[in-house]
Amino acid sequence: MTGRRGARPPFPLVLAAGVVVCLLLLPLAYLVIRVAGRGGDALEILGERATWRLVANTVLLVVSVVAAAVLVAVPLAWLVTRTDLPGRRFFGTAAALPLVIPSYVAALCLLGLPDLVEWAPEVSGYWGALAALTLATYPYVFLLAQAGLRDLDPSLEEAARGLGVSRRHVFRRVTLPTLRPAVGLGALLVALYTLSDFGVVSLMRYDALTRAIYLQYRSLFDRTPAATLALLLVGLTVVALTLEYRTRRGGRLYRTSPGAARRPEQIRLGRWTAAALAYCSLVVGAFLMLPVAVLVAWLARGIANERDLEAPVAAAVDSLTASGLAATVTVLAALPVALLAVRFPSRRSRVMERLAYLGNALPGLVIALSLVFFAARYASPVYQSLALLVFAYAVRFFPQALSGAESTLQNVSPRYEEASRGLGRGMLATLTAVTAPLARSGLLAGAALVFLSAMKELPATLLLRPIGFETLATEIWKLTQIGAYSRAAVPALVLIAVSAPVLWLLSSERRVESTGTG
Amino acid sequence: MKVLAALAVIAAAIAAAGCGDDESGPLTVYSGREEELVAPLFEQFTAATGIEVEVRYGDSAELAAAILEEGDGSPADVFFAQDPGSLGALGEQLAELPQETLDRVDAAYRDADGRWVGTSGRSRVLVYNTGAVAETDLPSSVFDLTDPAWQGRVGIAPTNGSFQAFVTAMRLTAGEERTRQWLLDLQENGANTYEKNTPIVEAVAAGEIDLGLVNHYYVPLVKQEHPDAPIANHFLELGDPGALVSVAGAGVLASSDRRGDAEQLVDFLLSDDAQRFYVEEAEEAEYPLVGGIEPAAGLPPLADLKGPDVDLTTFGPELEKTVELLRETGWLS
Repeated sequence: MTGRRGARPPFPLVLAAGVVVCLLLLPLAYLVIRVAGRGGDALEILGERATWRLVANTVLLVVSVVAAAVLVAVPLAWLVTRTDLPGRRFFGTAAALPLVIPSYVAALCLLGLPDLVEWAPEVSGYWGALAALTLATYPYVFLLAQAGLRDLDPSLEEAARGLGVSRRHVFRRVTLPTLRPAVGLGALLVALYTLSDFGVVSLMRYDALTRAIYLQYRSLFDRTPAATLALLLVGLTVVALTLEYRTRRGGRLYRTSPGAARRPEQIRLGRWTAAALAYCSLVVGAFLMLPVAVLVAWLARGIANERDLEAPVAAAVDSLTASGLAATVTVLAALPVALLAVRFPSRRSRVMERLAYLGNALPGLVIALSLVFFAARYASPVYQSLALLVFAYAVRFFPQALSGAESTLQNVSPRYEEASRGLGRGMLATLTAVTAPLARSGLLAGAALVFLSAMKELPATLLLRPIGFETLATEIWKLTQIGAYSRAAVPALVLIAVSAPVLWLLSSERRVESTGTG
Repeated sequence: MKVLAALAVIAAAIAAAGCGDDESGPLTVYSGREEELVAPLFEQFTAATGIEVEVRYGDSAELAAAILEEGDGSPADVFFAQDPGSLGALGEQLAELPQETLDRVDAAYRDADGRWVGTSGRSRVLVYNTGAVAETDLPSSVFDLTDPAWQGRVGIAPTNGSFQAFVTAMRLTAGEERTRQWLLDLQENGANTYEKNTPIVEAVAAGEIDLGLVNHYYVPLVKQEHPDAPIANHFLELGDPGALVSVAGAGVLASSDRRGDAEQLVDFLLSDDAQRFYVEEAEEAEYPLVGGIEPAAGLPPLADLKGPDVDLTTFGPELEKTVELLRETGWLS
């Protein structure tokens, strides 16, 4: 599993990575099949002004959500990691928690707020979509920036300080640039999420591409225009991937000194403490407390109206099963792709790695229909089985596992693997006995992100789950569908409650890593 | 070791799935109608016939799209949908139903080719805030909604299937031009848009708007959540497009290898017991379509509601033009 620039990767590794990437490209193949038969119609759609207005709307939303997520998350990550902010432990966990709130639930809560309290503004359209999507996605940037700040080699900042550079300049010239790749990756995940999201833009009535895609399927049952619009989303993904790649070229600054990692110097906030506290409280209050408070208010209303509220135990079990399997499978699938990209960097391995992201901005419904198409026709034994559902999750959330695996493999020295191979261990044995344990933290982080996303997933789950298999997300959907919000609050709160410990594991794992050996 | 265990679990899942889809297993229904509303019907069917049923619940149109993608390999035996559009989209993937089944309902509420049949009816209505609008001030036609008196006070759901069906009805009865003008005037008059019916009714209940164009059964649903909500239905005048009566319906898949059982289920949905269910037990007070069964208390009889004189079964192909018109008039992008 060791390699150098220019070395030929072992064939089994290339094969494994190739198979994974081909499977990930199934949705794209489906779209091409749908468009190919009627290329003329597709061209006509591309020539329409309305289509490009949708693209412009979508780009506007993606850029705003990414900007908002970065602006919210980076200062927050810096405050809880590098300063003496009181209660930073609490804020560190609480600020990541909105990740477990499904974005459509967040949107419903924002929309339901004016109904509950007089002073709340009515949000919808652009601002509503921006608020709900920022809430749902800034934790990606927060978590990655936090990890980046923890892994930062303090000697860099110290050297700069030693050279007489002021603290403010160190932050701008040293801290921020080293953070750029982590923030870039977080921004990419945010952009992909926003491109693919349907729930929020539909509830907020913002005309993005996904809403038009759904409209084509739902009202017109015409699959060619839908596929054409979906391919436009893929085009936007290419743009996002290119931009993200540029942030990487700034170069990561790895820990260069050998030996144990040290904690970087803690910055005293002094008279800024109150302002910092206010900022953190505002973020946590708006993005975590507010939606939870709305859910609790709905629950209280349900109890007052004596509606039959039952604990969704079976649905919780099904959710945990499917999401747990999805996390395992996705990380296993990401490993060969990450190894190839990190250990054998070449143009070809890079293209392969980038291809793995391509389908990720497609809305869940499109991914689901593509798998319906292939599975019902060519793989009927797995159709509507748990295996196919898990596969769909893996296709949707692959980049989350890949980013975790890649970032951690970059920090595992190939020397250990070389030593293992030199001692006569085979490739697979080296992978399981040496590489995987050393890369544990990143793999677990990736698994946790996939797990959390799968817990919230709705559109693919609706079409692909085995009959009678109800997840918490489908329960929420079922009840909000008939306007029974007070009953939907129960599965929504259960979803948040069972997802939260995983997030806690994620942050404590990172903590162990940063204080352990470097 | 963990890796092997995970792989074993996946292999087992695949093996388990491979055992499905045999002829002796349960009948498979794809239902675009909500589980909360129709699950008891399937239980009654199993109790009456001994035929087990398993149901995949989802959005009507998404399930239709899935059946189209599945092609002949569809596991579904019966498709139970919210609207004629989803049923019509399946075309010849639905088999023709026996004439006796079709004859249970009025010809206006079933497919002209006999591939699906309506199982319950719903009327378009105007929901209004009883605190803000006096009953005597209510308009008698949707065409009155463009009056300046209602400026900014009306809610509609332009992406919703029922609303689009209503616009289709308006196009077919009042003509393309008048409909276009109405849509433009409504825009001018500051009507508010919502994603679906429920949010409209909730907005009316909250007093954000005073009137909304919805299906008749949403008022009781919202009242369960907010018992004191100041809302009521107003049925528009005879023949008005805003009084359109549409149906939910069912059809049998041509690819089903259990057509007999599947047809029995459709027959059951049209039986007196099942039709009475809509009146007596269902949370949604829908209209029964089979003759001789009265609608729930407080609802005007179906015969009095004859909305515009249109053929529901032509709505599928017409929908494209409706969506185009909505787009041109700025209601959709």
